[in-house]
Amino acid sequence: MAAVTGAPDLAAGGSRWARFSRSEAVVGLALISPTFLYALLLLLAPVLAIVAFSFWTQDYLTIDRTFTLANYREAWSDPLYRVLMFRSLAVSGLVTLITVLLAYPMAYYLSFYGGERKALWLFLITIPFWTSYLLRVFAWKIILGYNGVVNASLMEVGIIAQPLEFLLYNVNSVVITLAHAWAPFAILPIFVSLEKIDRSLLEAATDLGDGPILRFLRVTLPLSLPGVIAAALIVFIPTVGDYVTPRLVGGNNGLMIANMIQVQFGKANDWPLGAALAVSTMVIVTAASLLFVAATRYMSSRFR
Amino acid sequence: MKLRPLGVYAFVYLAFLYVPVLFLPIFSFNDSAIVAFPLKGITTEWYAELWHNDTMHGALWNSLKVGIASSVIATILGICGARALTRYHFPGRAGMAALIMLPLVLPEIIIAISLLVVLLQLGFSLSLVSVTLGHILMAVPFSIAVLTSSFEGFDRSLEEASLDLGEGPAATFFRVTLPIVAPGILSSLLITFTISLDEFIVAFFLSGTEPTLPIYIWSQLRFPAKLPHILALGSVLLVASFLLLSAAELFRRRAARRAGIAASGGFL
Repeated sequence: MAAVTGAPDLAAGGSRWARFSRSEAVVGLALISPTFLYALLLLLAPVLAIVAFSFWTQDYLTIDRTFTLANYREAWSDPLYRVLMFRSLAVSGLVTLITVLLAYPMAYYLSFYGGERKALWLFLITIPFWTSYLLRVFAWKIILGYNGVVNASLMEVGIIAQPLEFLLYNVNSVVITLAHAWAPFAILPIFVSLEKIDRSLLEAATDLGDGPILRFLRVTLPLSLPGVIAAALIVFIPTVGDYVTPRLVGGNNGLMIANMIQVQFGKANDWPLGAALAVSTMVIVTAASLLFVAATRYMSSRFR
Repeated sequence: MKLRPLGVYAFVYLAFLYVPVLFLPIFSFNDSAIVAFPLKGITTEWYAELWHNDTMHGALWNSLKVGIASSVIATILGICGARALTRYHFPGRAGMAALIMLPLVLPEIIIAISLLVVLLQLGFSLSLVSVTLGHILMAVPFSIAVLTSSFEGFDRSLEEASLDLGEGPAATFFRVTLPIVAPGILSSLLITFTISLDEFIVAFFLSGTEPTLPIYIWSQLRFPAKLPHILALGSVLLVASFLLLSAAELFRRRAARRAGIAASGGFL
């Protein structure tokens, strides 16, 4: 019915059609405006405020609003902040590499052999990442601790006589914990991109004489690359700014940049410096992400 | 199902996802204040302690208030967003969607400190309201993601039929659209509630003097003697999250099925 009544409308001339399309846009804009305004007022405006703060200075409780680059000079030259920043990037980079490499075969299995249980598998994979992040991180403290699960079982078996102390409170434990906590995030984007691959392309590759390995490298992997890139970014960007994991399992040598940002907004009470550290982190993370995407695209175009 | 190497890998991977968390309930029943192997015996002492802990009850009540408020508001905003993005084309659509979905990838600490700065500068004091504002921001993208699937499978000819039969746009929305996407909405409510219930960072920065449950847990982690008690609380929280999410998944599937049936019905 709709199609029949719609046709004369179209034929009736440009003005009615224009009015119709305009009203469609107006309705759409009106509908999205509460959600958009909320994000504008409580996300974009506050983030811009942080950027503004990073150019100001603080004298105990009063904020001096004269423009200065002093906070950035301090954030980029102080060795302590540099160490924390490099460590955050290195830890996140490593975590991203590990999670994506581990997630790919899992996503591949789900997409190609998941069969009727696909939905159940996906559900089981997604459940852990909805549950408390704090508790998942805390679980690793119990596992890796001095009297923890790993030490107790190794001693029980007789492999070690004394508990291993290098398990907890260092960069390794941060990497392990983050790789576990973010594992589900990497699987989903890769799975989605694998699902989109037209299976007849794989048959064509086989028909044209490619073996399973060559077929994977020349068809499956390049076509799933968008999912791999998405997975890498979804893990990399938030983990650079992670606070809980380094604080709970990192010890003094495993702390990351977010812990320092928190100190500036808390105990140190130097908001502008904290803001400069936060903005620097966002800029570096964005630059690193763009570089990564460009490099991956370039590599894949070279090898195809 | 044939046993492939890849299949074995998948099971090991799934075990890797779950096993660390399972140690929380295991130790929560351990009859010893020291959290270490070997296990001493089974006790429900730690759970009984939870029952009588007034500070924890206060935190639980705070979490419930924040969770209910933020899930309801986030889902309403999610309905507007998902409906606009799946049904209408308008200028600036992609940019608006990007900003709304941004909290999915933004480090949580950025959201937390930027809200902290703005709220304090505007003269608001930190309270459960500020936590709720932050949780809504973080939950909306998830609400939209859940609702988009139920709005997308939706057969538009049903709405057109309703309009043709003389109902107005508002009546059509409430009498046709809403009942069909209702399971999706329920799913969104449950998921956003769970997100709020488990969220730590934003609450850590914005809660002021009223702790939510994760803040209470964080404050107790410093005291080794309180550990078994926290493990019991954590286990309860894990089970609650699991149940809420399972219910959300059931509703989400029903939503998908309903949209599918509606579509085939429209086809006939």
